Amino acid sequence: MPSKLIQKYMREEHLPHIWCPGCSHGSFMRAVAVAVDRLGLDHDKVVFVSGIGCSSRSAGYMDFNTIHTTHGRAFAFATGIKMANPELEVILFTGDGDASAIGGNHLIHACRRNIGITTLVMNNNIYGMTGGQYSPTTPTGEFGTTAPYGNIDRDFDIAELAKAAGATFTARANTYDLNQATNLIQKAIEHKGFSLVDCLSICPSYYGRKNKKGDAVKMIQWQKEHTVSVQKAQNMTAEELQDKIVCGVLCDYDYPEYTEKYQQIIDRVRKD
Amino acid sequence: MTKVLMQGNEACVKGAIAAGMRFFAGYPITPSTEIAEGSAVELPKVGGKFIQMEDELASMAAVIGASAAGVKSMTATSGPGFSLKQENIGYASEAEIPCVIVDVQRTGPSTGMATSPSQGDVMQARWGTHGDHPIIALSPSSVEETYRLVIRAFNLSEKYMTPVIFLMDEIIGHMREGVEISNDIEVIDRKMPSEDQKENYRPYDCADGELVPALAPMGKGFYYNITGLLHGGDGFPTNDNEVTGRQVLRLMKKIEDNRADICQSESQDMDDAEIAIVCYGGTARSADEAIFQLKEKGIKVGMFRPITIWPFPEEDFLKATKNVKKILVVEHNYGQILLEVQRLAKNLPVEFLGCINGKTISPDEIIAKVEEL
Ligand SMILES: Cc1ncc(C[n+]2csc(CCOP(=O)(O)OP(=O)(O)O)c2C)c(N)n1
Ligand code: SF4
Ligand SMILES: [Mg+2]
Repeated sequence: MPSKLIQKYMREEHLPHIWCPGCSHGSFMRAVAVAVDRLGLDHDKVVFVSGIGCSSRSAGYMDFNTIHTTHGRAFAFATGIKMANPELEVILFTGDGDASAIGGNHLIHACRRNIGITTLVMNNNIYGMTGGQYSPTTPTGEFGTTAPYGNIDRDFDIAELAKAAGATFTARANTYDLNQATNLIQKAIEHKGFSLVDCLSICPSYYGRKNKKGDAVKMIQWQKEHTVSVQKAQNMTAEELQDKIVCGVLCDYDYPEYTEKYQQIIDRVRKD
Repeated sequence: MTKVLMQGNEACVKGAIAAGMRFFAGYPITPSTEIAEGSAVELPKVGGKFIQMEDELASMAAVIGASAAGVKSMTATSGPGFSLKQENIGYASEAEIPCVIVDVQRTGPSTGMATSPSQGDVMQARWGTHGDHPIIALSPSSVEETYRLVIRAFNLSEKYMTPVIFLMDEIIGHMREGVEISNDIEVIDRKMPSEDQKENYRPYDCADGELVPALAPMGKGFYYNITGLLHGGDGFPTNDNEVTGRQVLRLMKKIEDNRADICQSESQDMDDAEIAIVCYGGTARSADEAIFQLKEKGIKVGMFRPITIWPFPEEDFLKATKNVKKILVVEHNYGQILLEVQRLAKNLPVEFLGCINGKTISPDEIIAKVEEL
């Protein structure tokens, strides 16, 4: 018997999902459903947009208006949707490759405009869907099917990238603490302007296997041991933080939202 | 009715707004830039929106997004940008999202000659995006026709839920002519599903005999999935070959079976013509003058001008050229519509006059070529 949450928000007829056992993309998808429920959003006004990748399959499981777009371009599709109808709550599922490699240009410009889109990057440090090639977030020195001798690229911090590009809300969540993830996603949806949550996801099938990280439980255990909250990090030395990933709200400030600014242009032009 | 002097690109914006365009996303590129600039000025005046995206990939994506949310949308570009838009044009075709893509053709390949005319994107308009897909492409030959035809481009895209390529060229884009601005225009809006379809809405399962789906705009309480993956009736991806086969076949058929409605052409002086000049877009203007002069010399020559380039107006072409002895294809490229004409003309000799160096094909060149035949 599917849970109430699934009955209310997901396309039961298309479950079970395509994800591998132990994949944590589904955990974040559930966290979004919980956040939407808690916020009591108008079901009709929520649109899920996604790119291409295992992570991006999330949109299709949600029983809303959903649009699964092309690889890397979800930000641009979402921009058109939000411009066309600013009443819509636009929530975007993407992956580390989708958002920061092929979609990197669209990501930074969506941040820069501060357009009201909530982005969840399900960041598993690998191209899962195509079978384990290195991505812009694969740590230097680690392995992928296209980095058989170790990755020599430097890796991106997507939350930092988004912040630097002008996102007005950024946060990082992990698979171990899904309560925190849900709270962060909720805050990101509530935020006016462009918000992004870097969701540390796990891909046991490829990233895990290629880098001998063990099974899903081990990978989640690793996250437990290597993540600290923003509050805790404030009292830690640089040395103590060296092998830690900081989770929580990383940046949060007010700046006029893009479609509201455009509406002001319309109002001004039509008055003249 | 008032007659106004304007540029082709300007007429494109005015016509689009008359057709109901309320969203434009683009990226500047010569010789199409005036369309973006004009949209930026005009759209807010009618409550519409303009956005300059970070590139053409994004512009095409934003246009599809806005249209999926129910707003008539357009983008405009030229050669290099047209190449960048191709992946998402295929998406619009597969997901059946109406939109208009203007390509003001310039000389290629590559960066080519930015300010020089060309008709080198005719085949790209047909086959630029990967996979089997239907496409509609229209090409205007005057500023006046640009205004009227871009309205038709929107109407066809809404009627058939498909991207429409508006294939202009530098000649028409930058030409200035008088345009009759009429309020008496036909505007077609996409079909809406009825409220009672909300439960278990399956937009891509068309009713019996219907080939075009009724897609509800986002935000109206019709929940369904849009994807570029081959999909079933509810828009959810599937690997069931029977379902995917049926879906793509319907996509092709909705254009193929409606050719009579979609295809437009013009025959000029064809009744007693022995030689038919086939041309379209800006090139037709030189041919027009050439035909005038050739007829003064007593040469029996006429013009067949496809206005709908894709699908090519085959029936019209065969009818118009039934009694001619020779065909001359004049186009601003190395021979693209030529292939279509050769395929259809079968036993008739088909000659060709093209241009690939960025010059304009002059009436004199056409006259010389015809006299040589
Ligand atoms: C234009 C284009 N290039 C390449 C691909 C192949 N492709 C599909 S998904 C993917 C990588 C997805 O990686 P990521 O965004 O990290 O998602 P994950 O599968 O890891 O969740 C690639 C390269 C594609 N679909 N489209
Ligand atoms: S390949 Fe990796 S990312 Fe894709 S479903 Fe499997 S575990 Fe998840
Ligand atoms: Mg990934």
